[in-house]
Amino acid sequence: MIKDITIGQYFPGSSLVHRLDPRMKLGLTVMYIVMLFIAKGFLGLGVGIVFLTAAFLSSGIQLSLMTKSVKPIVPVILFTGVLNLFFVSTGEVLVSWGFIRITEDGLRTMIFMAVRIIFLICGTSLLTYTTSPIALTDAIERVLSPLRIIRFPAHEIAMIMTIALRFIPILIEETDKITSAQKARGADLESGSVLQRAKALVPILIPLFVSAFRRAEDLALAMECRCYHGGDGRTRMKQLKVGFIDWLALAVTSLFLAGVILLNIFLPL
Amino acid sequence: MDNMDKSFIEVENVSFSYYSDEDGESKQNKVLKNVSLSIKKGEFTAILGHNGSGKSTLAKLLNAINLPDEGKVYIDGMDTADESRLFDIRKTVGMVFQNPDNQIIAAVVEEDVAFALENIGVEPSEIRRRVDEALKAVGMYEYREHAPHKLSGGQKQRVAIAGVLAMKPECIVLDEPTAMLDPIGRREIMKTIKELNSLGVTIVLITHYMDEAAQAKRVVVIDNGEIVLDDTPKGVFSQAKKIKDMGLDVPQVTELTHALYDCGVGLDLDIITEDECYNALFELLK
Repeated sequence: MIKDITIGQYFPGSSLVHRLDPRMKLGLTVMYIVMLFIAKGFLGLGVGIVFLTAAFLSSGIQLSLMTKSVKPIVPVILFTGVLNLFFVSTGEVLVSWGFIRITEDGLRTMIFMAVRIIFLICGTSLLTYTTSPIALTDAIERVLSPLRIIRFPAHEIAMIMTIALRFIPILIEETDKITSAQKARGADLESGSVLQRAKALVPILIPLFVSAFRRAEDLALAMECRCYHGGDGRTRMKQLKVGFIDWLALAVTSLFLAGVILLNIFLPL
Repeated sequence: MDNMDKSFIEVENVSFSYYSDEDGESKQNKVLKNVSLSIKKGEFTAILGHNGSGKSTLAKLLNAINLPDEGKVYIDGMDTADESRLFDIRKTVGMVFQNPDNQIIAAVVEEDVAFALENIGVEPSEIRRRVDEALKAVGMYEYREHAPHKLSGGQKQRVAIAGVLAMKPECIVLDEPTAMLDPIGRREIMKTIKELNSLGVTIVLITHYMDEAAQAKRVVVIDNGEIVLDDTPKGVFSQAKKIKDMGLDVPQVTELTHALYDCGVGLDLDIITEDECYNALFELLK
Protein backbone atom coordinates (compact mmCIF):
# COMPACT_ATOMS: atom_id res chain seq x y z
CA MET A 1 0.00 0.00 0.00
CA ILE A 2 2.62 2.58 1.04
CA LYS A 3 4.96 1.01 -1.47
CA ASP A 4 2.97 2.57 -4.29
CA ILE A 5 4.27 6.03 -3.49
CA THR A 6 6.79 7.00 -6.11
CA ILE A 7 8.94 9.88 -5.11
CA GLY A 8 9.77 12.37 -7.81
CA GLN A 9 7.28 10.72 -10.20
CA TYR A 10 9.89 10.09 -12.85
CA PHE A 11 8.86 8.34 -16.05
CA PRO A 12 11.88 7.12 -17.97
CA GLY A 13 11.99 7.81 -21.67
CA SER A 14 14.31 8.87 -24.45
CA SER A 15 12.44 11.85 -25.88
CA LEU A 16 14.01 15.18 -26.69
CA VAL A 17 12.82 16.56 -23.36
CA HIS A 18 14.25 13.58 -21.48
CA ARG A 19 17.61 14.02 -23.13
CA LEU A 20 18.06 17.68 -22.26
CA ASP A 21 20.78 18.50 -19.77
CA PRO A 22 19.07 18.62 -16.34
CA ARG A 23 20.67 21.97 -15.55
CA MET A 24 19.33 23.41 -18.77
CA LYS A 25 15.92 21.92 -18.08
CA LEU A 26 15.93 23.53 -14.65
CA GLY A 27 16.82 26.87 -16.22
CA LEU A 28 14.20 26.53 -18.94
CA THR A 29 11.54 25.72 -16.35
CA VAL A 30 12.44 28.90 -14.50
CA MET A 31 12.17 30.83 -17.77
CA TYR A 32 8.76 29.26 -18.37
CA ILE A 33 7.58 30.28 -14.90
CA VAL A 34 8.80 33.82 -15.55
CA MET A 35 6.84 33.75 -18.82
CA LEU A 36 3.63 32.87 -16.99
CA PHE A 37 4.13 35.49 -14.33
CA ILE A 38 5.08 38.47 -16.44
CA ALA A 39 2.30 37.87 -18.97
CA LYS A 40 -0.16 40.74 -18.59
CA GLY A 41 -2.96 39.37 -20.75
CA PHE A 42 -4.45 36.19 -22.10
CA LEU A 43 -2.40 36.50 -25.27
CA GLY A 44 0.84 36.41 -23.28
CA LEU A 45 -0.44 33.50 -21.25
CA GLY A 46 -1.38 31.81 -24.52
CA VAL A 47 2.24 32.01 -25.69
CA GLY A 48 3.30 30.22 -22.50
CA ILE A 49 0.62 27.59 -23.05
CA VAL A 50 1.75 27.00 -26.62
CA PHE A 51 5.31 26.58 -25.33
CA LEU A 52 4.28 24.01 -22.72
CA THR A 53 2.06 22.13 -25.16
CA ALA A 54 4.98 21.84 -27.59
CA ALA A 55 7.28 20.58 -24.84
CA PHE A 56 4.60 18.23 -23.55
CA LEU A 57 3.91 16.74 -26.99
CA SER A 58 7.59 16.09 -27.64
CA SER A 59 8.05 14.48 -24.20
CA GLY A 60 5.71 11.54 -24.84
CA ILE A 61 4.19 11.91 -21.37
CA GLN A 62 0.55 10.85 -21.19
CA LEU A 63 -2.10 13.52 -20.83
CA SER A 64 -3.74 11.62 -17.96
CA LEU A 65 -0.55 12.08 -15.91
CA MET A 66 -0.81 15.82 -16.40
CA THR A 67 -4.41 15.96 -15.26
CA LYS A 68 -3.44 13.78 -12.30
CA SER A 69 -0.82 16.29 -11.25
CA VAL A 70 -3.33 19.15 -11.40
CA LYS A 71 -6.00 17.35 -9.36
CA PRO A 72 -4.55 17.95 -5.88
CA ILE A 73 -4.43 21.71 -6.39
CA VAL A 74 -8.04 22.10 -7.57
CA PRO A 75 -9.15 23.28 -4.10
CA VAL A 76 -6.45 25.96 -4.15
CA ILE A 77 -7.58 27.13 -7.58
CA LEU A 78 -11.22 27.25 -6.46
CA PHE A 79 -10.33 29.13 -3.30
CA THR A 80 -8.25 31.80 -5.03
CA GLY A 81 -10.84 31.93 -7.80
CA VAL A 82 -13.69 32.66 -5.40
CA LEU A 83 -11.63 35.29 -3.59
CA ASN A 84 -10.82 37.03 -6.86
CA LEU A 85 -14.40 36.82 -7.99
CA PHE A 86 -15.77 38.54 -4.91
CA PHE A 87 -13.06 40.98 -4.03
CA VAL A 88 -12.17 42.52 -7.35
CA SER A 89 -14.65 45.36 -7.58
CA THR A 90 -13.55 47.29 -10.63
CA GLY A 91 -15.15 47.03 -14.04
CA GLU A 92 -18.71 46.54 -15.20
CA VAL A 93 -21.03 44.86 -12.69
CA LEU A 94 -22.41 41.58 -13.98
CA VAL A 95 -24.33 40.27 -10.98
CA SER A 96 -25.42 42.17 -7.94
CA TRP A 97 -27.07 40.36 -5.08
CA GLY A 98 -27.11 41.96 -1.66
CA PHE A 99 -23.60 42.98 -0.80
CA ILE A 100 -22.11 40.54 -3.34
CA ARG A 101 -21.10 42.09 -6.59
CA ILE A 102 -19.49 40.16 -9.38
CA THR A 103 -17.74 42.36 -11.90
CA GLU A 104 -16.32 41.68 -15.30
CA ASP A 105 -12.80 42.32 -14.03
CA GLY A 106 -13.33 39.89 -11.18
CA LEU A 107 -14.41 37.15 -13.53
CA ARG A 108 -11.51 37.88 -15.84
CA THR A 109 -8.96 37.78 -12.98
CA MET A 110 -10.44 34.52 -11.72
CA ILE A 111 -10.04 32.77 -15.04
CA PHE A 112 -6.61 34.31 -15.61
CA MET A 113 -5.30 33.17 -12.23
CA ALA A 114 -6.77 29.68 -12.58
CA VAL A 115 -5.17 29.17 -15.99
CA ARG A 116 -1.86 30.51 -14.70
CA ILE A 117 -1.76 28.15 -11.69
CA ILE A 118 -2.83 25.10 -13.71
CA PHE A 119 -0.12 25.64 -16.30
CA LEU A 120 2.45 26.44 -13.66
CA ILE A 121 1.83 23.04 -12.09
CA CYS A 122 1.83 21.30 -15.48
CA GLY A 123 5.17 22.88 -16.35
CA THR A 124 6.92 21.89 -13.15
CA SER A 125 5.36 18.42 -13.33
CA LEU A 126 6.79 18.01 -16.80
CA LEU A 127 10.23 18.71 -15.29
CA THR A 128 9.93 16.01 -12.62
CA TYR A 129 8.23 13.56 -14.99
CA THR A 130 11.10 13.72 -17.46
CA THR A 131 14.08 14.14 -15.12
CA SER A 132 15.22 11.43 -12.73
CA PRO A 133 15.51 12.63 -9.11
CA ILE A 134 19.21 11.80 -9.24
CA ALA A 135 19.79 13.96 -12.31
CA LEU A 136 17.76 16.70 -10.71
CA THR A 137 19.81 16.55 -7.50
CA ASP A 138 22.95 16.67 -9.58
CA ALA A 139 21.67 19.66 -11.50
CA ILE A 140 20.74 21.49 -8.31
CA GLU A 141 24.20 20.87 -6.86
CA ARG A 142 25.90 22.21 -9.96
CA VAL A 143 23.61 25.16 -10.43
CA LEU A 144 24.03 26.20 -6.79
CA SER A 145 27.74 25.48 -6.51
CA PRO A 146 28.86 29.04 -7.43
CA LEU A 147 27.05 30.12 -4.25
CA ARG A 148 29.70 28.31 -2.24
CA ILE A 149 31.62 31.59 -2.29
CA ILE A 150 29.06 32.95 0.14
CA ARG A 151 29.30 29.69 2.15
CA PHE A 152 26.05 28.30 0.79
CA PRO A 153 26.20 24.51 1.41
CA ALA A 154 25.36 23.39 -2.15
CA HIS A 155 27.15 20.05 -1.91
CA GLU A 156 25.69 19.25 1.49
CA ILE A 157 22.15 19.94 0.32
CA ALA A 158 22.64 17.70 -2.70
CA MET A 159 24.11 14.96 -0.48
CA ILE A 160 21.13 15.17 1.86
CA MET A 161 18.79 14.81 -1.12
CA THR A 162 20.78 11.86 -2.47
CA ILE A 163 20.70 10.03 0.85
CA ALA A 164 17.01 10.82 1.28
CA LEU A 165 16.27 9.37 -2.15
CA ARG A 166 18.24 6.25 -1.26
CA PHE A 167 16.59 5.71 2.12
CA ILE A 168 12.97 6.62 1.41
CA PRO A 169 12.17 3.18 -0.05
CA ILE A 170 14.05 1.46 2.79
CA LEU A 171 12.20 3.40 5.47
CA ILE A 172 8.86 2.84 3.75
CA GLU A 173 9.52 -0.90 3.73
CA GLU A 174 10.54 -0.72 7.36
CA THR A 175 7.37 1.16 8.28
CA ASP A 176 5.37 -1.63 6.66
CA LYS A 177 7.29 -4.22 8.65
CA ILE A 178 6.92 -2.42 11.98
CA THR A 179 3.21 -1.87 11.31
CA SER A 180 2.73 -5.59 10.73
CA ALA A 181 4.76 -6.42 13.83
CA GLN A 182 2.72 -4.07 16.00
CA LYS A 183 -0.54 -5.36 14.53
CA ALA A 184 0.59 -8.88 15.37
CA ARG A 185 1.04 -7.68 18.95
CA GLY A 186 -2.54 -6.42 18.97
CA ALA A 187 -2.06 -2.77 18.06
CA ASP A 188 -5.29 -1.29 16.75
CA LEU A 189 -4.49 1.18 13.99
CA GLU A 190 -7.74 1.36 12.11
CA SER A 191 -10.54 2.11 14.52
CA GLY A 192 -11.31 4.94 16.91
CA SER A 193 -11.32 8.69 16.54
CA VAL A 194 -8.68 10.63 14.66
CA LEU A 195 -6.93 11.39 17.94
CA GLN A 196 -6.90 7.73 18.96
CA ARG A 197 -5.54 6.67 15.61
CA ALA A 198 -2.84 9.32 15.82
CA LYS A 199 -1.90 8.01 19.23
CA ALA A 200 -1.77 4.48 17.88
CA LEU A 201 0.97 5.62 15.50
CA VAL A 202 3.40 6.24 18.36
CA PRO A 203 4.43 2.56 18.68
CA ILE A 204 5.24 2.64 14.98
CA LEU A 205 7.10 5.91 14.89
CA ILE A 206 9.38 5.25 17.86
CA PRO A 207 10.94 2.02 16.50
CA LEU A 208 11.17 3.69 13.09
CA PHE A 209 13.13 6.61 14.52
CA VAL A 210 15.41 4.36 16.55
CA SER A 211 16.17 2.31 13.49
CA ALA A 212 16.68 5.41 11.34
CA PHE A 213 19.27 6.73 13.78
CA ARG A 214 21.03 3.40 13.85
CA ARG A 215 21.13 3.36 10.06
CA ALA A 216 22.45 6.91 10.02
CA GLU A 217 25.30 5.91 12.29
CA ASP A 218 26.20 2.91 10.13
CA LEU A 219 25.99 5.00 6.99
CA ALA A 220 28.22 7.72 8.43
CA LEU A 221 30.81 5.07 9.28
CA ALA A 222 30.64 3.53 5.81
CA MET A 223 30.98 6.97 4.21
CA GLU A 224 34.00 7.74 6.34
CA CYS A 225 35.58 4.46 5.36
CA ARG A 226 35.24 5.50 1.77
CA CYS A 227 37.13 8.72 2.39
CA TYR A 228 34.16 11.07 2.46
CA HIS A 229 35.20 14.49 3.70
CA GLY A 230 32.64 16.91 2.31
CA GLY A 231 32.56 18.60 -1.04
CA ASP A 232 36.16 19.86 -1.15
CA GLY A 233 38.26 18.38 -3.91
CA ARG A 234 35.45 16.09 -4.97
CA THR A 235 35.13 15.01 -8.59
CA ARG A 236 32.12 13.47 -10.29
CA MET A 237 31.92 10.40 -12.49
CA LYS A 238 29.14 11.75 -14.67
CA GLN A 239 30.08 14.95 -16.43
CA LEU A 240 27.12 16.93 -17.65
CA LYS A 241 27.52 18.31 -21.14
CA VAL A 242 25.45 21.07 -22.67
CA GLY A 243 25.01 20.01 -26.27
CA PHE A 244 23.40 21.29 -29.44
CA ILE A 245 19.84 20.36 -28.47
CA ASP A 246 20.27 22.19 -25.17
CA TRP A 247 21.30 25.42 -26.90
CA LEU A 248 18.48 24.94 -29.39
CA ALA A 249 15.98 24.51 -26.56
CA LEU A 250 17.36 27.61 -24.89
CA ALA A 251 17.00 29.59 -28.12
CA VAL A 252 13.40 28.45 -28.61
CA THR A 253 12.50 29.24 -25.00
CA SER A 254 14.13 32.67 -25.27
CA LEU A 255 12.06 33.39 -28.36
CA PHE A 256 8.89 32.52 -26.50
CA LEU A 257 9.93 34.66 -23.54
CA ALA A 258 10.72 37.55 -25.88
CA GLY A 259 7.30 37.03 -27.47
CA VAL A 260 5.59 37.38 -24.10
CA ILE A 261 7.55 40.54 -23.33
CA LEU A 262 6.71 42.06 -26.73
CA LEU A 263 3.03 41.21 -26.27
CA ASN A 264 3.14 42.88 -22.87
CA ILE A 265 4.43 46.06 -24.45
CA PHE A 266 2.35 46.22 -27.61
CA LEU A 267 -0.76 44.12 -27.01
CA PRO A 268 -1.42 43.80 -23.26
CA LEU A 269 -4.77 42.05 -23.61
CA MET B 1 55.71 -10.92 -5.53
CA ASP B 2 58.97 -10.51 -3.63
CA ASN B 3 57.20 -8.64 -0.85
CA MET B 4 55.02 -11.63 -0.02
CA ASP B 5 56.99 -12.25 3.13
CA LYS B 6 56.84 -8.72 4.39
CA SER B 7 54.10 -8.30 6.89
CA PHE B 8 51.48 -5.92 5.62
CA ILE B 9 49.26 -5.39 8.64
CA GLU B 10 51.09 -5.18 11.94
CA VAL B 11 49.09 -5.05 15.16
CA GLU B 12 51.43 -4.60 18.12
CA ASN B 13 50.33 -5.17 21.72
CA VAL B 14 47.05 -3.41 21.20
CA SER B 15 44.50 -2.80 23.94
CA PHE B 16 41.17 -1.13 23.40
CA SER B 17 38.33 -0.21 25.74
CA TYR B 18 34.86 1.18 25.33
CA TYR B 19 33.72 3.57 28.00
CA SER B 20 30.10 3.73 28.97
CA ASP B 21 28.40 6.01 31.40
CA GLU B 22 26.07 4.19 33.74
CA ASP B 23 24.33 6.04 36.58
CA GLY B 24 26.95 8.75 36.44
CA GLU B 25 29.67 6.18 36.86
CA SER B 26 32.15 5.77 34.07
CA LYS B 27 32.51 2.10 33.25
CA GLN B 28 35.40 0.67 31.34
CA ASN B 29 34.88 -2.32 29.13
CA LYS B 30 38.16 -3.68 27.91
CA VAL B 31 37.42 -5.50 24.67
CA LEU B 32 40.95 -6.10 23.41
CA LYS B 33 43.78 -7.09 25.71
CA ASN B 34 47.33 -6.84 24.48
CA VAL B 35 46.62 -8.29 21.06
CA SER B 36 49.38 -8.79 18.54
CA LEU B 37 48.79 -9.98 15.01
CA SER B 38 50.61 -9.71 11.76
CA ILE B 39 49.13 -10.36 8.36
CA LYS B 40 51.08 -10.74 5.17
CA LYS B 41 50.21 -9.36 1.78
CA GLY B 42 47.86 -11.61 -0.17
CA GLU B 43 46.81 -13.68 2.83
CA PHE B 44 43.23 -14.80 3.41
CA THR B 45 42.68 -14.64 7.14
CA ALA B 46 39.45 -15.39 8.94
CA ILE B 47 38.95 -13.92 12.38
CA LEU B 48 36.60 -16.09 14.35
CA GLY B 49 34.88 -15.36 17.61
CA HIS B 50 31.46 -15.26 19.20
CA ASN B 51 29.50 -12.05 19.84
CA GLY B 52 31.37 -9.63 22.08
CA SER B 53 34.70 -11.37 21.65
CA GLY B 54 36.24 -8.18 20.25
CA LYS B 55 36.54 -9.31 16.67
CA SER B 56 34.64 -6.37 15.17
CA THR B 57 36.63 -3.96 17.31
CA LEU B 58 39.81 -5.48 15.96
CA ALA B 59 38.51 -4.95 12.42
CA LYS B 60 37.80 -1.31 13.10
CA LEU B 61 41.37 -0.79 14.26
CA LEU B 62 42.63 -1.81 10.84
CA ASN B 63 41.50 1.32 9.02
CA ALA B 64 41.67 3.89 11.75
CA ILE B 65 37.98 4.00 12.68
CA ASN B 66 39.16 3.08 16.14
CA LEU B 67 42.58 4.01 17.45
CA PRO B 68 44.22 1.73 20.01
CA ASP B 69 44.42 2.88 23.66
CA GLU B 70 47.76 1.15 23.97
CA GLY B 71 50.00 -0.31 21.32
CA LYS B 72 50.28 0.48 17.63
CA VAL B 73 48.67 -0.59 14.39
CA TYR B 74 50.71 -0.29 11.21
CA ILE B 75 49.23 -0.68 7.74
CA ASP B 76 51.91 -1.10 5.09
CA GLY B 77 54.26 0.83 7.37
CA MET B 78 51.76 3.63 8.11
CA ASP B 79 50.80 4.24 11.72
CA THR B 80 47.00 4.44 11.97
CA ALA B 81 47.37 7.14 14.65
CA ASP B 82 49.02 9.42 12.09
CA GLU B 83 46.17 11.64 10.93
CA SER B 84 47.99 12.95 7.88
CA ARG B 85 47.95 9.44 6.41
CA LEU B 86 44.26 8.80 7.21
CA PHE B 87 43.03 8.75 3.62
CA ASP B 88 46.02 6.69 2.49
CA ILE B 89 45.19 4.12 5.12
CA ARG B 90 41.52 4.05 4.20
CA LYS B 91 42.43 3.70 0.53
CA THR B 92 44.71 0.80 1.38
CA VAL B 93 42.33 -1.03 3.68
CA GLY B 94 38.71 -1.07 2.54
CA MET B 95 35.91 -1.98 4.91
CA VAL B 96 32.71 -3.88 4.18
CA PHE B 97 30.08 -4.00 6.91
CA GLN B 98 27.34 -6.35 7.95
CA ASN B 99 24.23 -4.56 6.74
CA PRO B 100 24.36 -3.97 2.99
CA ASP B 101 21.51 -1.46 3.13
CA ASN B 102 23.32 0.87 5.48
CA GLN B 103 26.51 1.21 3.48
CA ILE B 104 25.14 2.01 0.04
CA ILE B 105 24.94 5.77 -0.31
CA ALA B 106 23.60 6.48 -3.78
CA ALA B 107 20.28 5.54 -5.35
CA VAL B 108 21.93 4.00 -8.43
CA VAL B 109 24.41 1.10 -8.27
CA GLU B 110 27.15 2.67 -10.39
CA GLU B 111 26.89 6.01 -8.61
CA ASP B 112 27.46 4.24 -5.34
CA VAL B 113 30.50 2.40 -6.60
CA ALA B 114 31.86 5.75 -7.82
CA PHE B 115 31.34 7.39 -4.41
CA ALA B 116 34.76 6.66 -2.91
CA LEU B 117 36.56 7.64 -6.10
CA GLU B 118 34.65 10.92 -6.28
CA ASN B 119 35.67 11.59 -2.70
CA ILE B 120 39.35 11.13 -3.37
CA GLY B 121 39.17 13.30 -6.47
CA VAL B 122 39.88 10.85 -9.27
CA GLU B 123 39.47 12.03 -12.89
CA PRO B 124 35.96 11.34 -14.30
CA SER B 125 37.13 9.10 -17.14
CA GLU B 126 39.28 7.10 -14.72
CA ILE B 127 36.32 6.79 -12.32
CA ARG B 128 34.18 5.36 -15.14
CA ARG B 129 36.87 2.82 -15.99
CA ARG B 130 37.44 1.71 -12.40
CA VAL B 131 33.72 1.56 -11.59
CA ASP B 132 33.12 -0.74 -14.57
CA GLU B 133 36.12 -2.83 -13.59
CA ALA B 134 34.98 -3.17 -9.97
CA LEU B 135 31.41 -4.04 -10.99
CA LYS B 136 32.68 -6.68 -13.39
CA ALA B 137 34.94 -8.13 -10.69
CA VAL B 138 31.96 -8.79 -8.42
CA GLY B 139 29.68 -9.81 -11.29
CA MET B 140 27.27 -6.91 -10.95
CA TYR B 141 28.05 -5.06 -14.17
CA GLU B 142 24.64 -5.78 -15.74
CA TYR B 143 22.98 -4.18 -12.73
CA ARG B 144 24.95 -0.92 -12.89
CA GLU B 145 21.89 1.24 -13.54
CA HIS B 146 19.57 -0.48 -11.07
CA ALA B 147 18.28 0.95 -7.82
CA PRO B 148 19.98 -0.77 -4.86
CA HIS B 149 16.77 -1.37 -2.92
CA LYS B 150 15.49 -3.63 -5.69
CA LEU B 151 18.47 -6.00 -5.47
CA SER B 152 18.77 -9.10 -3.29
CA GLY B 153 20.86 -9.05 -0.12
CA GLY B 154 23.77 -10.86 -1.73
CA GLN B 155 23.71 -8.54 -4.72
CA LYS B 156 23.63 -5.48 -2.47
CA GLN B 157 26.59 -6.78 -0.52
CA ARG B 158 28.47 -7.36 -3.76
CA VAL B 159 27.75 -3.75 -4.73
CA ALA B 160 29.17 -2.69 -1.36
CA ILE B 161 32.28 -4.76 -2.05
CA ALA B 162 32.59 -3.17 -5.50
CA GLY B 163 32.35 0.27 -3.87
CA VAL B 164 35.39 -0.59 -1.77
CA LEU B 165 37.16 -2.42 -4.57
CA ALA B 166 36.99 0.62 -6.84
CA MET B 167 39.48 2.34 -4.52
CA LYS B 168 41.94 -0.41 -5.49
CA PRO B 169 42.69 -1.32 -1.88
CA GLU B 170 45.41 -3.81 -1.14
CA CYS B 171 43.36 -5.28 1.65
CA ILE B 172 39.65 -5.64 2.27
CA VAL B 173 38.33 -6.17 5.77
CA LEU B 174 34.85 -7.69 5.82
CA ASP B 175 33.00 -7.44 9.10
CA GLU B 176 30.47 -10.30 9.10
CA PRO B 177 29.46 -9.60 5.51
CA THR B 178 27.13 -12.59 5.32
CA ALA B 179 25.38 -12.29 8.67
CA MET B 180 22.23 -10.80 7.18
CA LEU B 181 22.13 -12.85 4.01
CA ASP B 182 20.33 -16.01 2.97
CA PRO B 183 22.36 -19.12 2.06
CA ILE B 184 22.45 -18.18 -1.63
CA GLY B 185 23.70 -14.70 -0.81
CA ARG B 186 26.31 -16.14 1.54
CA ARG B 187 27.60 -18.43 -1.17
CA GLU B 188 27.80 -15.53 -3.64
CA ILE B 189 29.82 -13.44 -1.21
CA MET B 190 32.24 -16.25 -0.31
CA LYS B 191 32.81 -16.90 -4.01
CA THR B 192 33.50 -13.21 -4.62
CA ILE B 193 35.87 -13.01 -1.66
CA LYS B 194 37.86 -16.00 -2.85
CA GLU B 195 38.10 -14.60 -6.36
CA LEU B 196 39.40 -11.30 -5.05
CA ASN B 197 41.95 -13.11 -2.92
CA SER B 198 43.16 -15.06 -5.94
CA LEU B 199 43.74 -11.68 -7.64
CA GLY B 200 46.11 -10.76 -4.83
CA VAL B 201 43.84 -8.75 -2.53
CA THR B 202 44.59 -9.40 1.13
CA ILE B 203 41.39 -10.52 2.84
CA VAL B 204 40.48 -10.27 6.50
CA LEU B 205 37.13 -11.92 7.04
CA ILE B 206 35.44 -11.44 10.38
CA THR B 207 32.85 -14.14 10.87
CA HIS B 208 31.19 -16.51 13.24
CA TYR B 209 30.35 -19.06 10.58
CA MET B 210 32.72 -22.00 10.81
CA ASP B 211 32.30 -23.17 7.24
CA GLU B 212 33.32 -19.71 6.03
CA ALA B 213 36.38 -19.67 8.25
CA ALA B 214 37.28 -23.13 6.96
CA GLN B 215 37.65 -21.64 3.47
CA ALA B 216 40.35 -19.20 4.58
CA LYS B 217 44.06 -19.96 4.56
CA ARG B 218 44.53 -18.91 8.15
CA VAL B 219 42.13 -18.79 11.07
CA VAL B 220 42.60 -16.53 14.07
CA VAL B 221 40.28 -17.34 16.96
CA ILE B 222 39.62 -14.52 19.36
CA ASP B 223 37.93 -14.96 22.70
CA ASN B 224 37.42 -12.39 25.44
CA GLY B 225 39.67 -9.88 23.73
CA GLU B 226 42.59 -12.25 23.35
CA ILE B 227 43.89 -14.31 20.48
CA VAL B 228 43.64 -17.94 21.57
CA LEU B 229 44.35 -19.82 18.36
CA ASP B 230 46.17 -18.80 15.20
CA ASP B 231 46.72 -21.56 12.70
CA THR B 232 45.58 -23.06 9.41
CA PRO B 233 41.89 -24.07 9.35
CA LYS B 234 42.91 -27.70 9.74
CA GLY B 235 45.09 -26.88 12.72
CA VAL B 236 42.34 -24.86 14.38
CA PHE B 237 39.43 -27.20 13.82
CA SER B 238 41.35 -30.30 14.82
CA GLN B 239 41.19 -28.83 18.32
CA ALA B 240 37.45 -29.30 18.36
CA LYS B 241 37.15 -29.42 22.13
CA LYS B 242 38.92 -26.12 22.71
CA ILE B 243 36.73 -24.43 20.10
CA LYS B 244 33.57 -25.78 21.68
CA ASP B 245 34.66 -24.65 25.13
CA MET B 246 34.73 -21.11 23.82
CA GLY B 247 31.10 -21.38 22.79
CA LEU B 248 31.87 -21.74 19.10
CA ASP B 249 30.81 -24.49 16.78
CA VAL B 250 33.08 -26.53 14.58
CA PRO B 251 32.17 -27.30 10.96
CA GLN B 252 29.71 -30.18 10.70
CA VAL B 253 32.32 -32.26 8.88
CA THR B 254 34.72 -31.87 11.81
CA GLU B 255 31.94 -32.82 14.18
CA LEU B 256 31.35 -36.01 12.20
CA THR B 257 34.99 -37.03 11.88
CA HIS B 258 35.60 -36.46 15.58
CA ALA B 259 32.54 -38.51 16.53
CA LEU B 260 33.66 -41.33 14.25
CA TYR B 261 37.19 -41.11 15.60
CA ASP B 262 35.90 -41.41 19.16
CA CYS B 263 34.09 -44.59 18.12
CA GLY B 264 37.33 -45.99 16.91
CA VAL B 265 37.06 -45.32 13.19
CA GLY B 266 40.45 -44.54 11.75
CA LEU B 267 39.92 -41.12 10.19
CA ASP B 268 42.23 -38.14 9.87
CA LEU B 269 41.15 -35.43 12.30
CA ASP B 270 42.14 -32.57 10.04
CA ILE B 271 39.37 -33.07 7.53
CA ILE B 272 37.39 -29.84 7.19
CA THR B 273 35.71 -29.73 3.83
CA GLU B 274 32.80 -31.83 2.65
CA ASP B 275 34.76 -33.12 -0.33
CA GLU B 276 37.63 -34.31 1.83
CA CYS B 277 35.22 -36.02 4.16
CA TYR B 278 33.41 -37.66 1.31
CA ASN B 279 36.65 -38.99 -0.16
CA ALA B 280 37.90 -40.24 3.20
CA LEU B 281 34.65 -42.05 3.93
CA PHE B 282 34.61 -43.46 0.44
CA GLU B 283 38.11 -44.88 0.90
CA LEU B 284 37.13 -46.29 4.24
CA LEU B 285 34.03 -48.06 3.02
CA LYS B 286 35.50 -49.39 -0.18
